[in-house]
Amino acid sequence: MDQTPENATPSATSTASRTRTSGPEAPLVHAVNVMKSFHGTEVLKGIDLDVQRGEVVCLLGPSGSGKTTFLRCINQLEAIDGGRIWVDGDLVGYREKDGHLHHLTDKEVATQRRDIGMVFQRFNLFPHMTALQNVTEAPIQVKGVGRKQAQERAVQLLEQVGLGDKPSAYPAQLSGGQQQRVAIARALAMDPKLMLFDEPTSALDPELVGEVLRVMRDLAQQGMTMIVVTHEMGFARDVADHVVFMDAGVVVEEGKPQDVIGNPQHERTRSFLQRMRSEDREARDDEARADSQDV
Amino acid sequence: MTDSTSERPGVIDARPVRHPGRWVALAVILVLIGMMVSSFLTNPRWNFAKALEIMQQTPVIEGLWKGTIIGTVGAMAIGIVGGVIIAVLRLSHNPILRGVSFVYTWFFRGIPRLVLLAMIGSGVGFLYNRIDFGVPFGQQLASFMGLSSDFTFFTLNVNQFSSTLLAGIIGLGLSEAAYMAEIARAGILSVDTGQAEAASALGMNRGQAMRRVVLPQAMRVIVPPTGNETIAMVKDTSLLSAIPVITELFYQTSAIGNRTLLIMPAFVAVTAWYLIVGSVLMVGQYFLERRFGRGFGTGAPNKRFARPAGAGGA
Ligand SMILES: Nc1ncnc2c1ncn2[C@@H]1O[C@H](COP(=O)(O)OP(=O)(O)O)[C@@H](O)[C@H]1O
Ligand SMILES: [Mg+2]
Repeated sequence: MDQTPENATPSATSTASRTRTSGPEAPLVHAVNVMKSFHGTEVLKGIDLDVQRGEVVCLLGPSGSGKTTFLRCINQLEAIDGGRIWVDGDLVGYREKDGHLHHLTDKEVATQRRDIGMVFQRFNLFPHMTALQNVTEAPIQVKGVGRKQAQERAVQLLEQVGLGDKPSAYPAQLSGGQQQRVAIARALAMDPKLMLFDEPTSALDPELVGEVLRVMRDLAQQGMTMIVVTHEMGFARDVADHVVFMDAGVVVEEGKPQDVIGNPQHERTRSFLQRMRSEDREARDDEARADSQDV
Repeated sequence: MTDSTSERPGVIDARPVRHPGRWVALAVILVLIGMMVSSFLTNPRWNFAKALEIMQQTPVIEGLWKGTIIGTVGAMAIGIVGGVIIAVLRLSHNPILRGVSFVYTWFFRGIPRLVLLAMIGSGVGFLYNRIDFGVPFGQQLASFMGLSSDFTFFTLNVNQFSSTLLAGIIGLGLSEAAYMAEIARAGILSVDTGQAEAASALGMNRGQAMRRVVLPQAMRVIVPPTGNETIAMVKDTSLLSAIPVITELFYQTSAIGNRTLLIMPAFVAVTAWYLIVGSVLMVGQYFLERRFGRGFGTGAPNKRFARPAGAGGA
């Protein structure tokens, strides 16, 4: 499982050679030939992706294509089997020394994750804490911020996501849209350089999708670097700087949203977008439905 | 569209369903209670006045405090802390720690408490009459290097220690930890894995995620069976007499019963005490369940606390 990544010279790869891995103009996320298998099944078959600072990248693709897995690899909820990922110049999960890769300790992994915020499809708020406590928990525990200071910042963040009136509500007392907005505030409280969103609106009732997307639009406008897995084509078209279409563990097509969504070059992209348009929203967001699996 | 409002159905005023069975059951129970009370009053051997007297005798009270109450509190404290640690070890990534935890649970769940306590009481003192706390293999090291010190910091006289209440508490606690470990493990596994993932995505380490996020939620599942374990432990402190520790409720009451031939009043006295302690614990459990049920309500906006399922204890 924890094999050392293959392909020791990423700079030789064509897509990677145009970028440096560190420095101010270097991309914030630089992923090269990322591979991941589960029990011998290849789920990611060599993904390359660059995300520039302040850029919003939307990941599209049918269910099971590996979008969630790729996001989880970026913040090390999964260990990759091959390739390399750099975030802000730091190699994710490993240290390169004397031409060898060494695993990072648990503590170093935790330090790398601090700077990457993640928003989950099912919110994953801490149900035994109020909205405010959810937001203050990590700054207090991880960064050692004082309680008072953490609370002031949390109130600000809750206001930013439109929940200034709900600091003492428990997650079970909030609607799905409100919970997801608390989850965004919770991630922002760590002042991340990068935010990962894994289908943040897929578990929501249709009328609640807008309020979450609005918060994400604001965030993009403020210059946050974001990787967003979504089926919301409108959001991808309006907000994304770059769109990546994935299928069966490979990047099929990528580029400007108007090109990939407006004028797709590949048959697989076209048929996916066709299906997105024809299916009604509820059906397409229900990942449990297997019909989107057979591509 | 032509219906006038007066013809629309109004307030419901329905006859309730009759439950004749309930009344029959009530009558039967009342008769049985009447028979019991009459027996209490007419059979002088019950002798409740004497039972009440026995309940308040000094050796009984001392046995209640030391053996039963301190014994339960001490053994459960060791059991809960030990159990959570063993459960966390059992779920760790380190195969050696997992193995240690498995063997511990296997051993202490396998032997009866009575046997364990008897063994601690006499067997261990027979094997080792003193235990030196110091550098491992200190004596061998010292003689090898020709030193006068043998790296021992503290010596425990096992023969004296093994028959104390503390030894009994440790014995019961070690045994309890094996059961609590299974309860804690079930509790930890009941928490959605997304919780630990969200915690680590925020940069919390495994310990912080466990302490701050997973365990508090696991408590909801852990508390009710722990209440059962505690009440069972109250009763199991009567096994302390195997150590032998005789400042213990059942030993003291039955000794009085045998000495004064007030057998049944002595049993009534001890039963009453066990029921009283058990009732107090059930009240405590209710409040604990309420405490750890926070945030698991149905979402009624103004209700801060979820009513815990099955919390009929109070
Ligand atoms: N932990 C896991 N163990 C085994 N298979 C997994 C695991 N996580 C994901 N997969 C498989 O990997 C594939 C890609 O999943 P995922 O990344 O969730 O796709 P997407 O998010 O694009 O729908 C799926 O076939 C899924 O069954
Ligand atoms: Mg997914």
